[in-house]
Amino acid sequence: MKLRPIAGILLRQFYLIRGSPVRALPMFAWVAIDIVVWGFITRYLNTMSAGRFNYIPSLLGAVLLWDFFTRIMQGVSTAFLEDVWSRNFLNLFATPLTTPEYITGLVITSIGTSAIGLAVMLVLATAVFGLSFFSLGAMLLPFLLVLFCFGIALGILASALVLRLGPASEWLVWPLPALISPFVGVFYPLATLPHWMQLIARGLPPAYVFQGMRSILAGHPLPAAALLPGAALALLDVALAGYFFVRVFRYALRTGLLARYSAESVS
Amino acid sequence: MHDRTPDPAAAQSAAITARRDDAAHPALSVAQLRKTYAALTAVDGISFEVRRGEVVGLLGPNGAGKTTTINMILGVLSPSAGDIRIAGIDLAEQRSRALAQANFAAVYAALPGNLTVEQNLRFFALIYGIPHLAARLEALLRQFDLDTLRNTKCGVLSSGEQTRVALAKAVLNRPQLLLLDEPTASLDPSAAQTIRERIRRLAADDDCGILWTSHNMYEVEAVCDRVLFLSRGRILLEGDPRRLPAEHGAETLEALFIRLAREPLSAEERTR
Repeated sequence: MKLRPIAGILLRQFYLIRGSPVRALPMFAWVAIDIVVWGFITRYLNTMSAGRFNYIPSLLGAVLLWDFFTRIMQGVSTAFLEDVWSRNFLNLFATPLTTPEYITGLVITSIGTSAIGLAVMLVLATAVFGLSFFSLGAMLLPFLLVLFCFGIALGILASALVLRLGPASEWLVWPLPALISPFVGVFYPLATLPHWMQLIARGLPPAYVFQGMRSILAGHPLPAAALLPGAALALLDVALAGYFFVRVFRYALRTGLLARYSAESVS
Repeated sequence: MHDRTPDPAAAQSAAITARRDDAAHPALSVAQLRKTYAALTAVDGISFEVRRGEVVGLLGPNGAGKTTTINMILGVLSPSAGDIRIAGIDLAEQRSRALAQANFAAVYAALPGNLTVEQNLRFFALIYGIPHLAARLEALLRQFDLDTLRNTKCGVLSSGEQTRVALAKAVLNRPQLLLLDEPTASLDPSAAQTIRERIRRLAADDDCGILWTSHNMYEVEAVCDRVLFLSRGRILLEGDPRRLPAEHGAETLEALFIRLAREPLSAEERTR
C-alpha cells in the first residue's frame, strides 16, 4: 500500500467537509442532540427513583457508546457515498489506486469524523450531566476498540452493498445500526431477550461491549475474558467485510457495473 | 501534504529516462481482446497497437464496442479473454503499475463538481503519486488556461472549461497512453480546434500514444495518424484516415463511416 493515494482520499474528504457546513454539522450536531435528550431523560428517571439507582452511567453511557459506533459505521459509508453521489467511480478506479488503499482512506476518514463526535459527546455528557466516563480511564479503551472495529466492518459491508445493488440502495444502509440494536442489549441485559435473540446477539460484538460495560458500572472489574470473544468477532468481521468488498468490486469489474455505475444500475 | 523542494526539470528528466527504458514497448498493445455478456459479444477478439507519439482513432457506430474497449483498457471492466499491455506492463497482472502509465478524459466522466479545479487536480495528483506536485499543478493550470478558475468549483464551469480541466487531469502523470473518449463533443468549433492542437502537440512532445474516439470525421482526419473502424465488436478496417476513403471507393471519411455502419464490409473487401 502506498501512502500518497491514501492521503489523496483523505484530502478529498477534508475538502468536502471544509467546503460544506452541511457535511460538517452532522459530525457533532445529532450526537449532541442525542446526549442532551437522553441526559434529561436520565435526570428525570433519577428523580423518580429517588436516589435508589443512578441511570446516568447505564443509560447515557450506553447512548454515548452506541452513537460512537453508528458514527464510525456512517463515517465509512458516507465517505464512500460521496463517490457515488459525484459519480466518481470511473475517474477513481481507472487510476493506480488499489482497493485496500481506497478502503484505508475511507476508514481513516471515519476515524477523524467520529473522533470529533466522540469528543463532543464526552464533553457534553461530562460537563452537563455529570457522566463520569473519564474515571473509567484505560478501561474504556477495549470497549471503544471493539465498537470501532465492528463499526468499520459494518461500514465496509454497507459500502459493498451499495456498490453491488446501486445508488438507490443507500436507503438500506442507514437503518443497519437500528436493525441490530434490539439484539445487542444497548439499554438492557441480554438475559431480557428471548432465547433466539440471545443466540443472534452472541454473533454481534456490541453485545459483549454493553454487557461488559454494565458489569463495570455495577462495580465489577474489567471483564476481559467476557470481552475477548467480542474482540475476536469484531476483527473477524473486519476481515470478512473487506473480503466481501473485494469480491463485490471484482464482480463490478466483471459485469461492467463499475463502468456504468448510475442510479439505474441495480442488477 | 506538502511535497519536497520542487525540481520539475529533474522530474521531467527522470520521466524521459524512464520512457527511454520502456521505448521498446508500444504505448498500448491489445491482443485477442474479447468481452461477452451472456449471449452478447460486445468485443470479439480484437488486436491492435498504439505506438508512442501516434494518435489512433477508434471509430464505429453506437454499440460497436468502442466504450467497452476503452473501459477494459482503463481497468474498470474485466475482459472475458485477451491481453492488454500498457507500456509493456500487463494490466491483468500489474493493474496499479500499468494504470500509473495511463490516463483518460471522457465527456461522461466529469470530475467531482463539488471540488474546485485546483482541489480536483491536487486530489488526482496524489492518487497518481505525482512528484513535485505543487510545481506540476502550477504548470498545468497555466498550460490549460485554468489559472483564473483554480478556485472555482468544477460543477459550475462551462463545458469548454470542464473539458480543459479533464484534459489537465488526464496529463497530470505524463501518461504514456492517453485515452480520449469524444474529448471535444461539447465544445464550440474554436475551443475544439484549440484542444485538438494541444493534444497533437502532447503526442509529439511527450511521445505519448493516444487512443481517440470521436464521431466527428473532420476531426478524425485532422488529428489521427491511423484509424480503427469497429463494428459489432470487430475491427473492420484500419489505416490512414486521409487515404482510406479513396481506397474503399468513398468520397469522404464520413461517407465511408456511414456505409460501413449500415453495411459492414465483406470479408473480401476487408482484406483489400
